[in-house]
Amino acid sequence: MTAKTINLTLKVWRQGRGEPIGRLETCRAENISKDMSFLEMIDVVNEQLTKDHQEPIAFDHDCREGICGMCGAVVNGRPHGHERETTLCQLHMRHFSDGDTIVIEPWRARAFPVIKDLVVDRSALDQIIQAGGYISVNTGGAPDANSLPIPKDTADAAFVPAACIGCGACVAACPNASAMLFVGAKVSQLSLLPQGRPEAAKRVSSMVRKMDELGFGNCSNETECEAECPKGISIIQIARMNREFFKARFS
Amino acid sequence: MKPDVTSDLTIDPKLDAKIPAGPLAEKWDRHRFDIKLVNPANKKKFEIIVVGTGLAGASAAASLAELGYPVKNFCIQDSPRRAHSIAAQGGINAAKNYANDGDSIRRLFYDTVKGGDFRAREANVYRLAQLSNHIIDHCVSQGIPFARDYGGFLDNRSFGGAQVSRTFYAKGQTGQQLLLGAYGALMRQVAGGMVTLFQRREMMELVVEDGRARGIVTRNLITGEMETHTAHAVVLATGGYGNVFYLSTNAMASNVTAAFRAYKSGAYFANPCFTQIHPTCIPVHGTFQSKLTLMSESLRNDGRVWVPKKPGDNRKPKDIPESERDYYLEAKYPSFGNLVPRDVASRNAKDQCDMDKGVGETRLAVYLDFADAIKRHGEGAIAGKYGNLFQMYEKITGENPYQTPMMIYPAVHYTMGGLWVDYNLMSTIPGLFVLGEANFSDHGANRLGASALMQGLADGYFVIPYTIGGYLAGASFGKTHTGSEAFKTAVNVAEQRVQKLMQVNGRRTVADFHRTLGGILWDHCGMARNEEGLTKAKGMVANLRKEFWEDVYVPGNAADFNQSLENAGRVADFLEFGELMIDDALARRESCGCHFNTAFQTEDNEALRDDENFCHVAAWEYAGDERSPLFHKEPLTFENVALTQRSYK
Ligand SMILES: Cc1cc2nc3c(=O)[nH]c(=O)nc-3n(C[C@H](O)[C@H](O)[C@H](O)COP(=O)(O)OP(=O)(O)OC[C@H]3O[C@@H](n4cnc5c(N)ncnc54)[C@H](O)[C@@H]3O)c2cc1C
Ligand code: FES
Repeated sequence: MTAKTINLTLKVWRQGRGEPIGRLETCRAENISKDMSFLEMIDVVNEQLTKDHQEPIAFDHDCREGICGMCGAVVNGRPHGHERETTLCQLHMRHFSDGDTIVIEPWRARAFPVIKDLVVDRSALDQIIQAGGYISVNTGGAPDANSLPIPKDTADAAFVPAACIGCGACVAACPNASAMLFVGAKVSQLSLLPQGRPEAAKRVSSMVRKMDELGFGNCSNETECEAECPKGISIIQIARMNREFFKARFS
Repeated sequence: MKPDVTSDLTIDPKLDAKIPAGPLAEKWDRHRFDIKLVNPANKKKFEIIVVGTGLAGASAAASLAELGYPVKNFCIQDSPRRAHSIAAQGGINAAKNYANDGDSIRRLFYDTVKGGDFRAREANVYRLAQLSNHIIDHCVSQGIPFARDYGGFLDNRSFGGAQVSRTFYAKGQTGQQLLLGAYGALMRQVAGGMVTLFQRREMMELVVEDGRARGIVTRNLITGEMETHTAHAVVLATGGYGNVFYLSTNAMASNVTAAFRAYKSGAYFANPCFTQIHPTCIPVHGTFQSKLTLMSESLRNDGRVWVPKKPGDNRKPKDIPESERDYYLEAKYPSFGNLVPRDVASRNAKDQCDMDKGVGETRLAVYLDFADAIKRHGEGAIAGKYGNLFQMYEKITGENPYQTPMMIYPAVHYTMGGLWVDYNLMSTIPGLFVLGEANFSDHGANRLGASALMQGLADGYFVIPYTIGGYLAGASFGKTHTGSEAFKTAVNVAEQRVQKLMQVNGRRTVADFHRTLGGILWDHCGMARNEEGLTKAKGMVANLRKEFWEDVYVPGNAADFNQSLENAGRVADFLEFGELMIDDALARRESCGCHFNTAFQTEDNEALRDDENFCHVAAWEYAGDERSPLFHKEPLTFENVALTQRSYK
C-alpha cells in the first residue's frame, strides 16, 4: 500500500502589491494527505506560514467545485496543472508523488496584471463581455418559453461553449496571450441560438475589437488553449467565431 | 442569559408584513396597481445600491438599471459572474405544466408551503409560484441553453421528490447558465453606463440616516481602503450564511457579514436557526478539508441507501452479504423509500452513524449503491443519467462508483432564515431591501429542491423593480453626503473593527477558530437539537468568541490585499451570529422541517409541530453587545391550505 501522505517542496511566485516583479520562493508542504485538493494543500502551507508569523500565499478561489472560474495558477508550467479538464481546485494531491517539487506561478498575460502573489486582475474578461456578450432583452414581455422551439441538436451545440467558466486559463496557456477561446465560446453560444442572431454581426465585431484594444494577443493556431481548458472547450468555437466575423465584415 | 421570549406578546408594529387585501390569486396584481409609480424622468434622480451579484443581485441590478435607475453594484469576487449561485446544479422550478401532469400555480404554491412545514407566508409563496413562469420565459429570451426534447421544446424533470415534472435544467449546470444570463444583462447595463460595478469590495457597514438606509461602507479588498457610497435605497442580495458551520457546500466567501451588519443597524433577523442540511454530499475526509461537495439529489432516484446491520462492522462493502445490510430508508418509509425529503433523509443518516453503523474511514458516511440499478438498466443507461456526477465523485474520492457503492453524508447546504422582510421585500429599516437567500421569505422551515434559483430570480427580475418604486415615490429624502455624521460613524466602526482584529496578535489562526465554531454548531444546532445541547453550545460559542478576541492572529497588514483579514472579519461575525442561531433554536419549542428538537417528535420519530404556539416567524432585534436580542413574532395565518402533519410512510 502506498503512503497516505506526501511531502513536497513548493517554489511559489511571491509578489507584493505594487511590486513591479516578484520571485520564486521555496517552502515545504509536509504531511499532505493525498485526498486533499491542490488548494487545500496551499491552505495547509498557509496555516503553517501564519503560525510562523509569515505572510500566507495569496490566491483566488471560491466555489472549490470547478465551476466559478475564480481559481487558477500555472503549476509546473501548465495552467491548472497537468490533469486534463480539471480546475486547480479539483486537482487532487493523489496525482503527485512524495518528494516532488512543484512550481506555482500566476497567470501571465499583459491583460492580466498581478495583484499579489498568485492573484491577477482579470477584469478585462468582463470588459469583453460588456462589448456585446449578451442578448439585448429587457426584463418583462418575453413570449412564452415554448413559443420558440429550438432543435435539440442546436440547443446542445450551444450548451458546449456555454460551459466556459471564464477562468482565463486559455489566455495563460497561449504563447500570444490571446483570449480567442474565451471570446469564441461566447460568440458561438449566442450565434447558434435563434435569439442571438439579430445582434450576431454587431456582437462579434465589437467583442473582437474590444479584445484587441485590451492588449490580448492574436491567435496563431497554437491550440494550447484547447489543451488546457478545464471545461474541454475546443478550438472549433474559434473557427465558428471567425466565420461569424467574416460574415459580419462582408455583409 | 436566556432571551425572554414570553415578554413580547404584542405584535411589533415594525413586523407588519403589508400583505395586500383580496383573494390570494389577485393580491400581487392588485398590489402592483396600488403601488405608487416613479415618474420615468425622475428615476435617474434615485440612486440604488445593490450588494451582491448572484442570481438575486445581478437580476435586480440589471432590471433596475433597465428602468432608468442609476445602480451601484458590489461583489466580493473579482467578477460578478463568480457569485455562489454559479454552483447550483439541479434546476429551477416553474408552474408551466408543460408536462401536462397536473401542475399549476396553485400546486407549486401548495407544495412549497407544505414542504416548508407551514412556516412561510402564504401570500409571498403564491406570488413566487405566479412569477415562476415569467422567469423561464425571460431566461429563454436571454439565450439560456435549457435542456430540450427532440421536438425542440423545453424538457422538464421531477426533482426532490416532487410528484410532477416542473424542473427546468441545463445539464448539471443550471445555476451557472442562469447566472451567466443575469450577468450578461448586467454587463449590458454596465456598458450603457447605468450600472457602476465595484468588484473585490466587501460591505462592512450599512449607513442609516434619519431612519432610512442611505448607503454603505465597503472595504476595497485590494487596497484595504474604506470607501463610502450614498444611495436612496440599499438592496442586499448577499446570499446565505451556511458557512457559519465552517464546512458546507457554499462557496468559500459566502458569509453573514452584510446581513449581520444590517441586523446590528436595526434590521430584524428572522428564523436564524432554519438551516437546510442536504443528504447527499461527499463525506468529510480529514481535518484540512475546506468545503463539502454536493452530489445531486437526483442520484437517489436510482441509488439505494444502506449501512451494515451490525454496529462497528468495518468489512468492505462487497464483503457484506445482502442479508447483513440495512436498507433503512426503504424499511422505514415503504412508500417514499430512498426519495424522502431532504430533512428526513439527512436525519436518518445521522441516526445510523450515531448507532455506529456508519461506514468508511471516518465512519461518518452511508452507502448509496447503484449495483441494482446497473444490473437492471445496464451501465450505459446509468452513465447516461449520472455520468458527470460519477466522474466528479471519482475525481474527488478516487473511487469508481460503478464498481463500489458511493459514500455520502449530509452537509449544510442552504439557509432558510435571513433578514426579515415584508411583502415588498423591505426589511424593518425603511429603504433596506433584502433579496434571495439573504432574506427569510418563502421557504419556511425547509426548502424544496430547485426553488432557491426560482426565488432569487423572482425577487430580482420581477418583485423589486415594482416595490422599490413604491418606496421611492412615497418617501421624502433629506440630503446626505459621505461626510455626514452617520457616514463618519459607520466608517469609524468599520475601521476600528479592522484595527482590533489586527491588534490581537495572538497565537491561533482564523481557520482554527472557524473550524471549532463549526464543530460546535454541527453537533448541537445541526440535524437534531435539544435544550441541553443548545444551552451548552451557547456557552461554548460565547467562550470561543472571547478566546478569539484574545488569541487570534491575523498576519499581514490592513492596508493591503489580505485574505486572512477578510476571513477574520467574517468569522468574527459568525461567532456572534452563531449565538443568535442558538437563541432562536432554543426559543422554538417545537420541531418543524429542518428544526428537529428531539423533545418534540411523533411516535415515528418525525418532526412534531406545535401550530397553536409556534405558527409564527421569529424575528430578532439587536439590543446591544451586552444584552440579549429581543424576540418578536409575526404570526402566520393560513387561509388557503390546511395544516397537516407531513407523512412519507
Ligand atoms: C452546491 C449547491 C447547489 C445548489 N443547487 C440548487 C439547485 O439546483 N436549485 C436551486 O434552486 N437552488 C440550488 N442551490 C441554492 C442556490 O444556489 C442559492 O440559494 C442561490 O444561488 C443564492 O443566490 P443569491 O443571489 O441569493 O446569493 P449568492 O449567489 O450567494 O450571491 C451572493 C452575492 O453577494 C456578494 N456578497 C456577499 N457578502 C457580501 C459582502 N459582505 N459585501 C459585498 N458583497 C457580498 C457575493 O460576492 C455574491 O455576489 C444550490 C446551492 C448549492 C450550495
Ligand atoms: S474555485 Fe471555483 S473553479 Fe476553482
